[in-house]
Amino acid sequence: MPLAGALYSAAMRLTRNSADAEDLVQETYLRGYRSYGTFTEGTNLRAWLLRILTNVFINRYRAQQRRVDETDLGDLEELYLYRRLPQLDAALASRSAEDQLMDLFTDDEVRRAVEELPEAFRIAVLLADVEGFAYREIAEMLDIPIGTVMSRLHRGRKAMQKSLYEFAMARGLVDGPGDGVVAGETRDHG
Amino acid sequence: MADCNETLDELNRFIDRELDADGCAAVEAHLARCPDCLSAFDFHAELRVVVAMKCQGDPVPPALMARLARCLGLPEGAADTVG
Repeated sequence: MPLAGALYSAAMRLTRNSADAEDLVQETYLRGYRSYGTFTEGTNLRAWLLRILTNVFINRYRAQQRRVDETDLGDLEELYLYRRLPQLDAALASRSAEDQLMDLFTDDEVRRAVEELPEAFRIAVLLADVEGFAYREIAEMLDIPIGTVMSRLHRGRKAMQKSLYEFAMARGLVDGPGDGVVAGETRDHG
Repeated sequence: MADCNETLDELNRFIDRELDADGCAAVEAHLARCPDCLSAFDFHAELRVVVAMKCQGDPVPPALMARLARCLGLPEGAADTVG
């Protein structure tokens, strides 16, 4: 059963629960099996199956793909997380530069940061950052202009960075908003 | 020569390998003499890798593998190899 792991992870990020993810993977394999004649030998099987998976997900779970508010995530500043790194200094100091980010955030935090994105942004980030599709390929898969892919990626990544920063704050890795951070946010540091 | 703002505008396209050769050369020329931008680009390239790595590898439920084998008509055990 090739690529079941890769497909299941992608399905988990998209559906955000294991029951729907399992259904999505099963449907993907069934469609892939039925239409295997359209697969070109020697091309990327993983990419081909992920295209099917994305398509099934959009058709089954999402009717509002065309009514996305591209400004949905508000207007976060550029380099959101990077600009706050000085506040993460203490948490980062003991790590080698290479492993800083890898060690700083848990798998669960990064997954949540992706999964909490509004759907249209989540799909773009998943296809680009995790699955490595080119902008043109994502545009074709979602039937949207390349400029829209870039805009969703750009906004989605900034929102993801904001979540990651908030996770770091919640864990006490940073003291809280410092200079330049939007004031007035209320959150439970529990 | 591209300045910092022009270079940072290309950050996403650069780390996504979506710039053409001229665009890449302009970014690289700036990064070679601007440690601040280089550091920002490094950070975002690293973050992209972290996101990719941490968003994969969810353990596949054994029940799903059994289900897939059944619905594709594969023999029992054929689904054990998770690719």
